[in-house]
Amino acid sequence: MDILLLNIIVLVYILAVGYLGYRGWRETCNSSDYMVAGRKIHPYVMAMSYGATFISTSAIVGFGGTAGLFGMGLLWLTFLNIFVGIFIAFVVFGKRTRKMGYNLSAMTFPELLARRFDSRFIQYFSGLVIFLGMPMYASVVLIGAARFIETTLAINFDLALLFFSVIIAAYVVLGGLKGVMYTDALQATIMFVGMAFLLLMTYSHLGGIAAAHQALTDLAPLVPANLAAMGHLGWTAMPASGSAWWWTLISSLVLGVGIGVLAMPQLVVRFMTVKSGRELNRAVLIGGVFILMMTGVAFVVGALSNVYFVQHDSVIAIAAASGNSDSIIPVYINRAMPEWFVYVFMLTLLAAAMSTLSSQFHAQGTAVGRDVYETLVGVRGGRSILITRIGIIIAVVVAVILGYLLPPSIIAPGTAIFFGLCAAAFLPMYACALFWKRATRAGAIAGLVTGTFVSLFWLVFVHQKEAVPLGIAKMILGRDVLISAMPWPVVDPIVVALPLAFLVTVAVSLATQPPKAEHVEKCFEGIE
Amino acid sequence: MEIFELSRFGGTMLGINDPWILGVYLLSVLSALLCVGYGLVNWNRGGEKEPEEIRDEVSWEKGETSMEEKELGL
Repeated sequence: MDILLLNIIVLVYILAVGYLGYRGWRETCNSSDYMVAGRKIHPYVMAMSYGATFISTSAIVGFGGTAGLFGMGLLWLTFLNIFVGIFIAFVVFGKRTRKMGYNLSAMTFPELLARRFDSRFIQYFSGLVIFLGMPMYASVVLIGAARFIETTLAINFDLALLFFSVIIAAYVVLGGLKGVMYTDALQATIMFVGMAFLLLMTYSHLGGIAAAHQALTDLAPLVPANLAAMGHLGWTAMPASGSAWWWTLISSLVLGVGIGVLAMPQLVVRFMTVKSGRELNRAVLIGGVFILMMTGVAFVVGALSNVYFVQHDSVIAIAAASGNSDSIIPVYINRAMPEWFVYVFMLTLLAAAMSTLSSQFHAQGTAVGRDVYETLVGVRGGRSILITRIGIIIAVVVAVILGYLLPPSIIAPGTAIFFGLCAAAFLPMYACALFWKRATRAGAIAGLVTGTFVSLFWLVFVHQKEAVPLGIAKMILGRDVLISAMPWPVVDPIVVALPLAFLVTVAVSLATQPPKAEHVEKCFEGIE
Repeated sequence: MEIFELSRFGGTMLGINDPWILGVYLLSVLSALLCVGYGLVNWNRGGEKEPEEIRDEVSWEKGETSMEEKELGL
């Protein structure tokens, strides 16, 4: 590999990103521009930005590697990503969110909920959940990107981490959401091209769609005994019902990541960046195809890499990657793809990491600046941009510090914790805000608090994957998890916390006085 | 997991035996096509309220700018 050529390609890419960040900065005049991109974003930019924020490096490399290990069952996640994460999100939630956000002049996700329920508590509590929950998720992506720069561009890890953070911080702080979304659209386009080539070349390499799948089906007898014990029945078969892998697949991956996406603050805010429902209609088209090209391709190629490795090295993918599922996709790309594609794919991964991170930093900045600080201090308006910029800088600094400090075992559950928290804390309140006029402030607050704390309790004391590395259960109870009987240690928090939070929201709403009719009318103006 | 026997239909489809996996493979593609179809059918719908919203937005932006000028002394 030619390091000089790769460095030049990356430099050109960084310059392009810098230019788009500069355009965002030039076009930012007020806080509406800075936080909701002036509500006039083009549908292509909106859809690509939503998609690129949604899909991080870990969705391609991490989950793609998991598909290499466990097979195509992960496609259930792709289906939910498209059907729930795009279609339902845009058509059912997005249009109402846009309109209600406009009616209430809301500029952040917590602000939308707070104004809908007329509660300052909702705004700063939600802002705190975002600001405290997101840094670990952001540093996972940051560390991944820095490691990637270290290995591919031959730059020292600490330097890479710092350099990368400064570049992102610069265009997020200066360009606001416009800067973030313009650069996202470029990054998403690069990702789309990279993944499309990967799919085409993999299928053509393995003799076409049906032949490639058939070859993968025929590998079922090669499933190692330890994976078979977890329920693995082959790479083109669902795991055995009720097995450990089945529970993980269904509850964590499919429900947690697939449904949880509906209430991710950095995605919801994008619905408020377009000027009408028409833009969302157009964005659905682009978003659906984009996500299919991302996770759909990553999971199919991840699974099919087994066929390539068996044909060429007589070992399955996980063995070819020396037992580390995160290495399956990179090893496969390096071995099976032409050299020019390795450069394209590296740019794809860099783009995926940057687009996710920039939105995380922006969401955290608005959470701490607009939602927590301004709400608690009671200031509004004038200094919004300045305070949010300071918030973004704090978020970047925290992510970098965590990146240096946290051991890998704690970092890994970071993403799961944030996804689970968002779904349980925000989804019941958000769904009721949009669809149920009878929902009350007390109901929303009760659901928010229940979802947050049940989720945290489950993560710390019950769900093995987070409870063991966190070690708090061990410290207090003297054992790894509270309930060791199967399937509880592998049941994702979302399965318990989300329905409970929904129930509490509805029950408390029904038990309290209905909200004022005129306020509800204002919220729902123009919404059938 | 077998809900029906694919071999009765003359062997496997797309090289996948498990109907749950074959089903989700097709569902993923179909859901993307649903997005495409929905987008095309509704390409020009939903923008009816746009002119009045833009008018409101312009007056709001003017208010915001004057507020910033007042508070920050810009």
